[in-house]
Amino acid sequence: MKDLVKILNVFCLLSLLAVGGGSAVLPQMEHETVALNHWVTGDQFATIYSLGQMAPGPNMSMVALIGWQAAGAAGLIIALVAFYLPSSFLTYGCSFIWDHFKENPWRASVQRGMAPITIGLMLAGVHAVGKTACINPSHSVHFNTITCTIALAVTGILFAKHINPALLMLLGGLAGWFLLRGH
Amino acid sequence: MPDASEIFRVFAKIGVTSFGGGLVAYLRDALVTDKKWMDEEEFLAALEIGQTLPGLNSVNVAIIAGRKLAGPQGAVAAALGLILPGVLLLLVLGILYDRFRHNPNVAAALAGVAAAAVGLLLQVTLKIGAKQFLKLRDLCFVLGTFYLVAFHHVSLPVVLFLVAPIAIILCRPSKPKPNT
Repeated sequence: MKDLVKILNVFCLLSLLAVGGGSAVLPQMEHETVALNHWVTGDQFATIYSLGQMAPGPNMSMVALIGWQAAGAAGLIIALVAFYLPSSFLTYGCSFIWDHFKENPWRASVQRGMAPITIGLMLAGVHAVGKTACINPSHSVHFNTITCTIALAVTGILFAKHINPALLMLLGGLAGWFLLRGH
Repeated sequence: MPDASEIFRVFAKIGVTSFGGGLVAYLRDALVTDKKWMDEEEFLAALEIGQTLPGLNSVNVAIIAGRKLAGPQGAVAAALGLILPGVLLLLVLGILYDRFRHNPNVAAALAGVAAAAVGLLLQVTLKIGAKQFLKLRDLCFVLGTFYLVAFHHVSLPVVLFLVAPIAIILCRPSKPKPNT
């Protein structure tokens, strides 16, 4: 029960702080769910994140699996509701009064000012997932070299070619199965 | 005007097929091109609200579009349609993961998938941040935010309520010049 309340608190807060899209809350989510509340390990967090990227739909539905690992079915439902409902309510309400602010010059300032902060947060998100998924001190140098190569190859390929990322992630899994077995 | 169940069907179709992300493009295709429930301008306005307010852009656009089409029921139908199919698939993946994660073959494949996901997030970050990396002041905020959050675990509220106002004030609207 205490866990459920905690899940509710953590994901409600993340919902309302998710300015600039879902990836911006990734570092905070990782810190809360791994280091502070021990709902998942760093490894599990990285895997759950990657499963979330493979599944269709909004890319932060991964919170369902974190809630599930923390407290079973009730945790799953509470994490989802807590993560999606507060921001949705806010959007619903604000869509009525939006036209009043449309011409306000501060809106452009907020957008320009927030842009680099969102990018910084997303980079911190890369770090939060990458520190277990790519450069993991408990794995061998050989293992980390392969995971880093897979990650950078995906980055490079996506810049060079228009290709569905879900397909690349499956290829990453194939490469992992082929190269990382027995390490 | 469509009813809630039709709205649910249209959004659920996106929720089922949108492997690999990029939901905003799927939404635009369905709402503007296919169903003609919104014109281009309305869609962009919805996207702008969705991007400015907290929450995922795609879910916020679904809420706004659903509301416009069928009020509160429409908003609920749109958001659920978008979210539920992916959650069901994730649940299946999660159960499989729990059962097989100690299998060395599965663990190796999952390590590869996780590494690929990092590469994907890095690419998205670099792509949408391309402009910010080239401007010195923006770059300072990018690296400053990254450093504080990644290495000092400065919490998100602190970043949003202390660092963000500084960035926003530096970008404040320029005063109209005197004599004009």
